[in-house]
Amino acid sequence: MSISKLDGGLISTGAEWTFELLERYDHAIHDIAANEFGLDTYPNQIEIIASEQMLDAYASAGLPIGYPHWSYGKEFIRNEQAYRKGARGLAYEIVINSDPCISYLMEENTMAMQALVIAHACYGHNSFFKGNYLFRQWTSADAIIDYMVFARNYVMHCEETYGSERVEEVLDSCHALMSHGVDRYRHPTPLSVAEERDRQREREEYAWRQYDEIWRTLPTRVGAATSQKAAAGRFPAEPQENLLYFIEKYAPKLEPWQRELVRIVRKTAQYFYPQSQTKVMNEGWATFWHYTLLQRMFDKSQVDSGFMIEALASHTNVTMQRGFDQRGYGGLNPYALGFAMMCDIRRICEAPTQEDRDWFPEIAGGDWQKVLDFAMRNYKDESFIGQFLSPRLMREFHLFAVADHEDDDDLVVDSIHNEHGFRRLRRLLATQYNRDQLLPDIQVTQYERSGDRSLTLRHQRSRKRPLAEEANEVLRHLARLWGFTVRLETSDENGRLESVCEVRN
Amino acid sequence: MSIIIDRRLNDRNKNAVNRQRFLRRYKEQIRKSVTDVVARRSITDMEQSGVVNIPVKDISEPSFQHGGNGGDREYVNAGNREFNTGDKIPRPTGGSGKGSGEGEGGDSEDNFSFALSREEFMSLFFDDLELPHLVRNALGETRDFKWRRAGYTPSGVPANLSVSRSLRNSMARRIAIGAPLRRQLLELEAAQAAAEEIEAMRGRIARIPFVEEVDLRYRHRVKEPQPISRAVMFCLMDVSASMTEDKKDLAKRFFTLLYLFLSRKYEKVELIFIRHTDDAQEVDEDTFFHDTKSGGTVVLSALKLMQEIAVARYPSDSWNIYGAQVSDGDAFGADPEKSRACLVEQLLPLSRYFAYIEVPDQADRPSPLTHAYQRIDSDRFAMKSVMARNEVYPVLRELFKREATV
Repeated sequence: MSISKLDGGLISTGAEWTFELLERYDHAIHDIAANEFGLDTYPNQIEIIASEQMLDAYASAGLPIGYPHWSYGKEFIRNEQAYRKGARGLAYEIVINSDPCISYLMEENTMAMQALVIAHACYGHNSFFKGNYLFRQWTSADAIIDYMVFARNYVMHCEETYGSERVEEVLDSCHALMSHGVDRYRHPTPLSVAEERDRQREREEYAWRQYDEIWRTLPTRVGAATSQKAAAGRFPAEPQENLLYFIEKYAPKLEPWQRELVRIVRKTAQYFYPQSQTKVMNEGWATFWHYTLLQRMFDKSQVDSGFMIEALASHTNVTMQRGFDQRGYGGLNPYALGFAMMCDIRRICEAPTQEDRDWFPEIAGGDWQKVLDFAMRNYKDESFIGQFLSPRLMREFHLFAVADHEDDDDLVVDSIHNEHGFRRLRRLLATQYNRDQLLPDIQVTQYERSGDRSLTLRHQRSRKRPLAEEANEVLRHLARLWGFTVRLETSDENGRLESVCEVRN
Repeated sequence: MSIIIDRRLNDRNKNAVNRQRFLRRYKEQIRKSVTDVVARRSITDMEQSGVVNIPVKDISEPSFQHGGNGGDREYVNAGNREFNTGDKIPRPTGGSGKGSGEGEGGDSEDNFSFALSREEFMSLFFDDLELPHLVRNALGETRDFKWRRAGYTPSGVPANLSVSRSLRNSMARRIAIGAPLRRQLLELEAAQAAAEEIEAMRGRIARIPFVEEVDLRYRHRVKEPQPISRAVMFCLMDVSASMTEDKKDLAKRFFTLLYLFLSRKYEKVELIFIRHTDDAQEVDEDTFFHDTKSGGTVVLSALKLMQEIAVARYPSDSWNIYGAQVSDGDAFGADPEKSRACLVEQLLPLSRYFAYIEVPDQADRPSPLTHAYQRIDSDRFAMKSVMARNEVYPVLRELFKREATV
């Protein structure tokens, strides 16, 4: 039997993987991804781990290193228990948005699975991390690992210095506010001293040029002065939505090390902010690429049909969408929806129907690689679905929207996959992926800086939806960090105050 | 280009710290659950890992979220077959509209259950009894081992190097390897070969290394369980109606503790359960703890039975006999005095130790049995009146102090 492998020949057969084979597969996939499809990726760091290590990686949300906290222990125990009982399998891989892009591969995987996972994580997710605007804007891939090392050391240092109970208290409270500890919009970069000086000079010069004794003689309007005064006394001038940031900057009683802990949690939350908003796209993109890349390998006869059958079996499992009335239905499967949409965009470009031309005149018949690349770079789940979900897919998924309104006794089918429903259905689905709709709108409205130092938050209800009970508990956490009275006002959509809940300290 | 790294040899227990923290934080809830497990377990099975349950709501991490009920919302679902726009679906009971993506991931079970390792479980059990750390260590260790010599091995630490063995090997090797060379040397000398040839041959012999890696031998030692003997533990308990479940629970802890102690010291520990009302019976553990029986109280009957069984089945020259008695102290007429006499004259000479705990209804009133037992003066006997779990240990303190240091 000859094992000589020419270029383009079969890379391997059989289920066993070796490090040498991994390298060759990675090389072949990289060749196709970079040279044929032009995927732009960070360099890859592929790490082979055992299942216990995968459980470890789960608990810390995939980061290879994290500060110690009991909640990770809880997560670990939960996963371990589920895994031991056989209730849950382990993921084949975990990939970290870092530069170089770290991917964990399980040692139990067969060769075909390893290749699939390399294509999926190391080229799919990796290119998404590098290209998508949210990731570019909010995460710095080259710094995250170093930052987590710093965070871990800092937390442990604090525990040694101030006792682990005190550290745990702060972290618990911060974790409770984590979802409201992210910036959704960039802050303007602070001015440098030189710029500040220049501005100040400009202002002075302007005042000096404009100076005229005559203005001094004008009487001031009474009302304007008081309202100005009121506005000046109000702090913050504008409502603040980043609660953790506000605490970090202004909490009256926090010690410097506590502020730093708040900052660590806030930074971590910010790092995960893009992930939660691009689940469908990210998974869809990675799934589309492992599918496409492996198909291409098969076309080039680098892999045999046994390999393909195994890879496709696993691919099909991942992209299965159950109906709402089937066992194990857990909502729309992001892998299924994302993969279907990516494939659909390619189809619209390559073989558009009349319906596609009507709905997507800009992309129908275009270059699919360019269109997909553009979509990947410039959208998040909400806008991606709002823009690219086609009527054809809505029909294939048999999508339907159910309205659950407070005033109705029954649930009502709002719209289905028909001519009248397509647009509304698509809008509703897009809204469903809107983070701002999922989380209640809670902002800091007032900090009595010169009074009793109390902090006032405002929850503006959206569509009459109430806060969950546990909000009181979160409020107590907030009060612990703040150190003075904290109150939460609830108002309806029009801003009319409905109720106030207060935690005194 | 990609870098491939094998991380399988890295540390696998990164989350051990976090796990410990979780256990510490929810100690109260876990302890409650452990108590349930203790109640269900048999004394001999006590020392195992166990699954504990804590209510999910106790350990949830709060955050600002929309409530499940109320307000207006729409969900998009997949797999429509029969619905058309405007169809009405009765609201599912149990509150919220059928969650789509949102409900996923939330644990619907009310209990968060997970396994504690044997060590963790025992540590909680001991916490409950407020055992001192010294005793905990004595009980906590799995088994006493002794290092025993077991010949020699080719690998080991330098401290264990056996010089004489190694040198003997070295000598043997040098003789074996050098033999053909020396024969050639003799032949050369006999043939009166050129001087440099002889010199070269001598050089080759001299270059045979004095000690080589293969020569080294190390003293080999193996761990061996210490030879330990047998013990029998008699559990005596009054099961008349006045013994409530709570009292039996205390009793169980007391027996368990003694059993654990004995099982550390002895290779084999047998348990004999004797329950008594007005007459005594030998029963199995389940009956012992859970069956109720009505009748009066004659303590002497139990002591007698213990003595009979000990004499018949457990001769004191080959068994270490331990007695543990629990009662609420009720005894009538001549019974306490007779019991005391029986204990002093017949049982204590047989036994290594006899411990008595009383679980009275009120602490202040000395019971007839206590009254009688108080006059026993023997270092093999200990007694105590116990109202709460943390008072169980002191009754065994003397025993542990004496035996744990041996």
